[in-house]
Amino acid sequence: MERSVADFLAMGGYAPYVWSSYGAWCVVMLANLAGALGALKAAKARARRRFESAASDDGGERS
Amino acid sequence: MTPRRKRLLLVGGILVGVATATTVATFAFRENLSYFYNPTQVTDGAVPRGRSFRVGGLVTKGSLHREPGKLEVRFVVTDLNRDVTVQYAGVLPDLFREGQGIIAHGKLDPSGVFVADEVLAKHDEKYMPPEVAQSLKHKPNAEGGGT
Amino acid sequence: MATWTWFHRLASPPHVYRISGAFLPWLALFTALFIGYGFYGGLVLAPPDYQQKDAFRIIYVHAPSAWLSMLAYVTVAVAAAVGLIWRMKVAHAVAASAAPIGASFTFLALLTGSLWGKPMWGTWWTWDARLTSELILLFLYLGYLALRGAFDDRARADQASAVLAIVGVVNIPIIHFSVVWWNSLHQGSTVMKLARPSMPGSMLWPLLSSLLGFTLLFAALLCVRLRAEIIDRERTASWLRPIVGAA
Repeated sequence: MERSVADFLAMGGYAPYVWSSYGAWCVVMLANLAGALGALKAAKARARRRFESAASDDGGERS
Repeated sequence: MTPRRKRLLLVGGILVGVATATTVATFAFRENLSYFYNPTQVTDGAVPRGRSFRVGGLVTKGSLHREPGKLEVRFVVTDLNRDVTVQYAGVLPDLFREGQGIIAHGKLDPSGVFVADEVLAKHDEKYMPPEVAQSLKHKPNAEGGGT
Repeated sequence: MATWTWFHRLASPPHVYRISGAFLPWLALFTALFIGYGFYGGLVLAPPDYQQKDAFRIIYVHAPSAWLSMLAYVTVAVAAAVGLIWRMKVAHAVAASAAPIGASFTFLALLTGSLWGKPMWGTWWTWDARLTSELILLFLYLGYLALRGAFDDRARADQASAVLAIVGVVNIPIIHFSVVWWNSLHQGSTVMKLARPSMPGSMLWPLLSSLLGFTLLFAALLCVRLRAEIIDRERTASWLRPIVGAA
């Protein structure tokens, strides 16, 4: 690639549009990843609490 | 009929019903859903009177005129059948050039000139490196955005 | 009936929980490889476009986002229909898991399209058929998620939201064919058509790689969200006990 780093970053004058597109993708995908992993972690914690409360009152938790 | 078969038919029925309704609606409003009129429709008078609308077509080569010292430009838009003269004072998009597809929003003045308040550039779905475009240039219809 | 066992096994929450976990590392690996090559190829290797110069490079993030916005919606609708017809809880879990991911890709398609439209077309937004139908898709996703949230009872939420998802699927062909059926500002399809793609290999391969990478990324995110949904739906099923670390 004969393009210099400065040329690459400048994107022929379209840098604000090109880089904010890719930047937005990064932000949204990181949020997606955090959201998915957070949902899994929260679901596991909820299930653990359900098992613990079921064990403590021995009644089998409903709803 | 099993309950599962009933549910299958119900879901299928909903889909067919909604699809039919949507098809009918889109055909009924086909004209309203069009984004722009072409120059032939404009010269034939098939455009809204006294109301703003959009004209789309190719900028005729050699038709672009700019008054010295003024922002205002005039150019001819064609669908290769009829022409419409467009007058516009404002910033033109980067892709604007002669031979390019453009879409102008504005009104017809009494003399038949289209006075635009916005000019957008339309490009086609073809992408290629500059060298390829250069070598294609002598072939007809190889350059410029379609409408 | 042996040919249907794979389908029946997909109705088993522990089985789906297990296979979604087994797929996950592979999906993550190939997501990184394909998106990595797609973005590197698109931003560095591909030549600039003869008309749009470097601004055309937005296509490598815009087109795959738009593709996923539609694929994710079809996933939601098909899973919801399977859930309704076969009373399959796992299918409803798939629908519920795919919707927020699809909404995020729809948002990205609209945002990156806006960032591409401003320098090339000359406007951030316009009400042409393609842009409008894609915006309606975002509202369908948001409506679906809001409808789910409005019910306390999960079974009722599954049923009501499934009907909305199935009705809304008619918007998908409208988005795809909007640029064919009506004249619009948005151009036609470059890749997603029966004819040859309208770009040379140097530009095309990174785009195909990016499209595949985004699809795998969606699958990976779906696996994680699906596992969370299954845990919530399985309540206190005994197979969950070791998974969530309960005594």
